Amino acid sequence: MTFRATVRGTSYVFPDLAALLAKANEEKSGDQLAGVAAVSATERVAAKLALADVRLGDILATPLLDDAVTELILREHDAAAFADAGLASLTVGEFRELVLSPGFADAWSAAGLAGAITPEMAAAVAKLMSDKDLIVGAKPLRTVTRCRNTMGEAGVLGVRVQPNHPTDDVEGILLSALDGILYGCGDAVLGVNPVNESVARVGAVLHGLQSLIRQLSLPTQTCVLAHVTTQLAALAAGAPVDLLFQSIAGTEAANRSFGISLEMLAEGRDAVLAHHRDRSGEFVGDNVMYFETGQGSALSADAHGGLDQLTVEARAHGVARAYQPFLVNSVVGFIGPEYLADARQITRAGLEDHFIGKLLGLPMGIDVCYTNHVDADQNTNDDLLVLLVAAGCNFVMGVPGADDVMLSYQSTSYHDAAGMRDLFGLSATPEYTTWLHDRGLIRGGRLADPDPDVAAALLADLDRAVLDVPSPARALTSGR
Amino acid sequence: MTSMPEPTAEPMPEPMVEPTPEPLAGTGPTIPAGAGSAEPAVPATSPGQGGAFERRVRAVTPARLFLGRSGTSLRTADQLALRADHAAAQDAVHAALDLETGLLAPLGDRFGLFAVGSAAPDRATYLRRPDLGRSLSAEGRAEVARRCPRGADLQVVVGDGLSVAAVDAQVPALLPALLDAAREAGWSVGQVFAVRNARVGLLNEIGELLDPAASVLLIGERPGLVTAESLSAYLAWRPRPGHTDADRNLISNIHARGVDIPQAVARILALATAMRAANTSGVLVKEDPAGPSALTS
Repeated sequence: MTFRATVRGTSYVFPDLAALLAKANEEKSGDQLAGVAAVSATERVAAKLALADVRLGDILATPLLDDAVTELILREHDAAAFADAGLASLTVGEFRELVLSPGFADAWSAAGLAGAITPEMAAAVAKLMSDKDLIVGAKPLRTVTRCRNTMGEAGVLGVRVQPNHPTDDVEGILLSALDGILYGCGDAVLGVNPVNESVARVGAVLHGLQSLIRQLSLPTQTCVLAHVTTQLAALAAGAPVDLLFQSIAGTEAANRSFGISLEMLAEGRDAVLAHHRDRSGEFVGDNVMYFETGQGSALSADAHGGLDQLTVEARAHGVARAYQPFLVNSVVGFIGPEYLADARQITRAGLEDHFIGKLLGLPMGIDVCYTNHVDADQNTNDDLLVLLVAAGCNFVMGVPGADDVMLSYQSTSYHDAAGMRDLFGLSATPEYTTWLHDRGLIRGGRLADPDPDVAAALLADLDRAVLDVPSPARALTSGR
Repeated sequence: MTSMPEPTAEPMPEPMVEPTPEPLAGTGPTIPAGAGSAEPAVPATSPGQGGAFERRVRAVTPARLFLGRSGTSLRTADQLALRADHAAAQDAVHAALDLETGLLAPLGDRFGLFAVGSAAPDRATYLRRPDLGRSLSAEGRAEVARRCPRGADLQVVVGDGLSVAAVDAQVPALLPALLDAAREAGWSVGQVFAVRNARVGLLNEIGELLDPAASVLLIGERPGLVTAESLSAYLAWRPRPGHTDADRNLISNIHARGVDIPQAVARILALATAMRAANTSGVLVKEDPAGPSALTS
């Protein structure tokens, strides 16, 4: 099927849906690198005009790739809800207006419309939206998930504490986590990116984090963001796994480059659910997966299948959705200027990824971040953070001083997260808020300094947690 | 460069807030022993233990911990320290390789070091088009072909990569030590040259053009805030077009607080020797703590 549009007397022809979607995308250096981007501003608008007239039923009937991800998306599609809501005959332009109309969120929630919307439809409608549309469209769409606490309710801004360390030193990690906890952060997860992928080292960090939340009776979950096979090996060796993490992408080939298949994700989820049944009483729900995505990751593996990076990102969200995740976040500025060139492109991508995730029913957070070789700075982060919290983002990252000393990039800080909760009148998850209140770390709805006896008790708990790490594991991490 | 807040920094002035019976939320540090005191803000168990606690934290992590706060914002010194560290990293990315007047100039006299360009015409294009950084410009290719003999045992190339600061900081000491050690070990050494706007994939074209046995690319790493001076050495055995990172070996973190120059030289030559023994490079050749060895022969 070809698509056409005329802008100011010039006609543009787009040979297929993949090309149309790519050229309708806002400007991204990654799409230019892939050779799929519009070559002029007018061609971009022509593609948007043509895309606005495409019916959702035609998008459903036009698979963009023949691969395992497409198969999963089609298998998971809720055809009954799609038919009942009359979505097939809607054009993408009409769908945009529907999503932005009052009452859509209620219908979306009541009729389970998220499952009727495919990633390609979500990507298509995002391409017709302004930044403000992406914010107001996402804001009322809430997805609540449960593991050891309850994420995603209205009025909640969750924060992942990201206490990374250049040598995975457990004491350094736990001190960093404690700093975040004092800012009310960590309700989404205490999640460490490990330097070392060995099963023993990953297990040591898992034990250390778990020991800390047990000592503190902290209602949150822990995670070490190693490869899924490493985490499962650590689990088999006795390490506690609250959330099973994996980076995922929107094509089968890109997932293969990450060393994963969809079957591995399903089997991993089953293994962690079984592990949680052995720890009965600790969990309030069975959302046990944590996924990270990000525009450009498929292209960087030369596995984008000729698709634009927003469409591939949406398909990654489609993968995530199939495994009922507790958390999903796009690491939006991590990948570098060849995919997102500057502050403007990072900001746009962050809003797109968040909106698409929400529309598809994901518990969507964003790692608002930048590397040192992109044209962006901490002000870029501040701006996107405010926009995303206005958009109802489920969670953001808390990195001490915004500076990740292991991954060498800048994200959002414990301070930033606390500032957003203040600015927008938001709080931590209900369980976490109670915990903070009980220790006087929130008074009158605001962050408060701990009393000396509370500070002493927290430090004593931390010291016990450090000593708790089984000694072989502790020996492994003491080499600093 | 300041990689973390200076522990001995002057204390910040008291926040300009009138005392009130109910402390104003967010005007002080998070935790006791805070703003205005001589001790930095830390979760001290009691006043006076801040110093010991701070020393403990600094001993176990370089992360920016227990900074204190003004409201929910960073204190001014921490805010500006973060900006200063980022500025150094950005300047390292955008600086131009200078063989004429900078720290690399003596290498021109001593080793005939010269520079050519990759196919990326400028820094902005280079950052967005990694493919262009993986090949030489037409003029660069011609100049290298003219000035560099083919078939050396060991060909060393310097690339700016993402940090000229790393090249400036490490190469003036690393290059002479490496070339001397290689010659002493009996390797014939090719004419060294530098490439502006270089990516690692350049090794393939160099292999095709000059046919060295072992190639070593010394290239600036993407700067972090802790240091912008970290250099990588990528090694490849008889690189050719189509080879990937799986066909290469890497020694990263060559900088003052990472891998020092003597270690870097020893490891590069040990890897090159292992590659020669294995007649290949990449995933089949591993370094181990006892020294690199080939898994296959």
